[in-house]
Amino acid sequence: MAQADARALANGAEPAPTDRAGRLQTADGVPLKTALRRAERRRKIAAFLLVAPLLFFILTFFVFPIAQMMWRSVDNPQVVRALPQTLEALQDWDGSDVPGEPVFAALHADMMADLERPRVAQAIGPLGIRLNYELSAARSAISRTARQVPNFEAPYRDAFMDSHRLWGDPALWRIIKREGRPLTSAYYVAALDREFDDQGNIVRRDENRRIYVQLFIRTILMSVAITFLTFMLGFPISYYLSILPMRYANLLMICVLLPFWTSLLVRTSAWIVLLQQQGVINTMLVQIGLISDDGRLSMIYNMTGTIIAMTHILLPFMVLPLYSVMRNIPPSYVRAAKSLGATPWTAFRRIYFPQTLPGIGAGGVLVFIISIGYYITPALVGGQSGRMISNEIARHMQQSLNWGLAAALGTMLLIGVLVLYWVYNRLVGADSLKLG
Amino acid sequence: MKLKTVLMGAAGAMALSVGTTSAQDPVSLTIVSWGGAYTTSQVRAYHDPYMAENPHVTIINDDGSANALAGLRAQSQAGNVTWDLVDMLPSDAQLACDEGLILEIDHDEMLAAAPDGTSASEDFLPGSLGECFIPQIVYSTVLTYRPGAFSDDAQPSSIADLFDVENFPGRRALQDRPGTNLEWALYADGVDPDDIYEVLSTPEGVDRAFAKLDTIKEHIVFWTEGAQAPQLLADGEVVMATGYNGRMFDAIEVEGMDADIIWDGQVVEWDGWVVPAGGSNIEAVMDYLYWATDTQRLADQAKYISYGPARASSAPLVGEHADLGIDMNQHMPTNPDNYFSPIILDNDFWTDYGDELRERFANWMLQ
Repeated sequence: MAQADARALANGAEPAPTDRAGRLQTADGVPLKTALRRAERRRKIAAFLLVAPLLFFILTFFVFPIAQMMWRSVDNPQVVRALPQTLEALQDWDGSDVPGEPVFAALHADMMADLERPRVAQAIGPLGIRLNYELSAARSAISRTARQVPNFEAPYRDAFMDSHRLWGDPALWRIIKREGRPLTSAYYVAALDREFDDQGNIVRRDENRRIYVQLFIRTILMSVAITFLTFMLGFPISYYLSILPMRYANLLMICVLLPFWTSLLVRTSAWIVLLQQQGVINTMLVQIGLISDDGRLSMIYNMTGTIIAMTHILLPFMVLPLYSVMRNIPPSYVRAAKSLGATPWTAFRRIYFPQTLPGIGAGGVLVFIISIGYYITPALVGGQSGRMISNEIARHMQQSLNWGLAAALGTMLLIGVLVLYWVYNRLVGADSLKLG
Repeated sequence: MKLKTVLMGAAGAMALSVGTTSAQDPVSLTIVSWGGAYTTSQVRAYHDPYMAENPHVTIINDDGSANALAGLRAQSQAGNVTWDLVDMLPSDAQLACDEGLILEIDHDEMLAAAPDGTSASEDFLPGSLGECFIPQIVYSTVLTYRPGAFSDDAQPSSIADLFDVENFPGRRALQDRPGTNLEWALYADGVDPDDIYEVLSTPEGVDRAFAKLDTIKEHIVFWTEGAQAPQLLADGEVVMATGYNGRMFDAIEVEGMDADIIWDGQVVEWDGWVVPAGGSNIEAVMDYLYWATDTQRLADQAKYISYGPARASSAPLVGEHADLGIDMNQHMPTNPDNYFSPIILDNDFWTDYGDELRERFANWMLQ
């Protein structure tokens, strides 16, 4: 209605109605401004309703789980839930020596209270698992003692110290006090190969227990290598595809996409057959005399294997954006450059290549981000030197069940990717990305 | 396997719709196990006969045991427990038990006594029962080698030979975790099997184990999944591999791979059932468990796979392989001929020191 009025107004078909203050009105006496605002609002609601299912989907299955995962990396309910009285008693403990009898009496009371609860609601089990992340053997100190606690009699201090040596270790008590808060930084400290020392300062771990920082660096370096290789291999083929007549290009495109449609496990296993020491390539090289039988190359179960297999798997993600960008570059530009005296190399370097940058950017970002979180291929062909940080995350999720540490590593990976994307955006500009 | 499961389910469902006069309500049990030859052995020894006797029960197989801990915790936190019975390792079971994810078991109350009247807790092998854990089989991690890779008069025969690259050159496949590898490093370094965990709980002992592993580091290929070990041997990628004795038996006897098992220093562990807390078919599961863990049933499983029954009373009943007709006794880890220098995996040790040693091992692999 309001639109029809507005159109009539624009056509100047009849004088527009106004109210006493001279403001424009629609035919039914509503001020035009209000009517327009109302129509605008209706349009916005309709638009929102159209995207609402997707928004709801993304919130439920993407944003919410990620937020929950990030929450897990700081969530620390175990000690608070299991030992409320002990924590209270520990408040004026100075952390230098084993605490006195009141603390042990409170610990006894906490453990007795926990035994009253039904098995599935007991807090002692999770407490032992939590403390064992910080101090080896803390789990058995807790669970073994919990079984004996009903027979303990005052003074409790000696009874506890007899039941497990760790109760006489101030380190355990410092950890209980430190982790007796609902939020913790301990998972991030561990994810950065650091730990708390006796004074509570964050220090680097023993050299032989540092893994994650090294793995992060390696993951990034391997992803860069894979991205570069897919670019080197993908650029010529995309260029060739883009200058072919459409029907041949489509045929060749199917060849590029074919691996896309094959199961990931099948492709990875195929690489194992090809690359292993008794595999196709090595046997061929031995037969033609290039290498000796004892000098067979190690191309799999190491970093080389991971890089080769992942480059192959991720190649289509580089070719597709490159191809779609190159298809749209008019050949006349390069011809014009040449007619103005540019050598083929200069024409390529100064005219053609810069125009492919949006495709290179898009392909590079895609390949890099996918490979940085890749998991199954490194697990199968990575051996010891070809593993990535995602393999450690998966191990903590599935085997050691240390979801806090897995969440901290995952959050760091997520933040790392976002930072890299931000850098990319500053250098190249995200709006220049072209996916097709 | 999957198809068979579905078909069996369908057959079971049909049987149900026909026999509606049955007094018992139909119930479907989701049983989680390791898949492959292992699940097959359970289907043939337990599930099929049980469903034949109890037509109202349908058993659905789920191959989720490798990630059972994560699955149990996720289901429990979501408040939607869909697994009825889970096959898992005792160390994982202890962790799940501590978290209250699985039910506590009163073994004498819930399990059948031996035919001669010995109570369940006496009949199961010593040390195998856990608070929440019902053992089913004894399996072991063994060293296996390709005889063709070495000269006839100098074949490897002990764990020490695994660490002897001078006399037994060639690459070795080891599992990419500290468990078993550290034990063997110390055993090969001369530590008595009974003292291994005592030595390993000291920093010097750990250093000693890693120093021993260092001597063969550049000759190691690491495997992750159980099926990779026999595959690496069969492909000729390695001359020796560590692996589960049942998988190695399958590869050697069923697939015809040319390899021999070294029983010296076999690392022995249990595997068995746990019941997730909060499941909706607890009563039916308990009925199944009572039946499927009795003396005859445990002996039956050994007809299909070379893992030893966890009950002492089952041992004399172990007979021939159901398809191959070979005597299974000589392939059991618990056979006295094989059980001369076993290392019993200490789950308490690994739940306590596992996190720390896995970090150290991961770091060692990275260097």
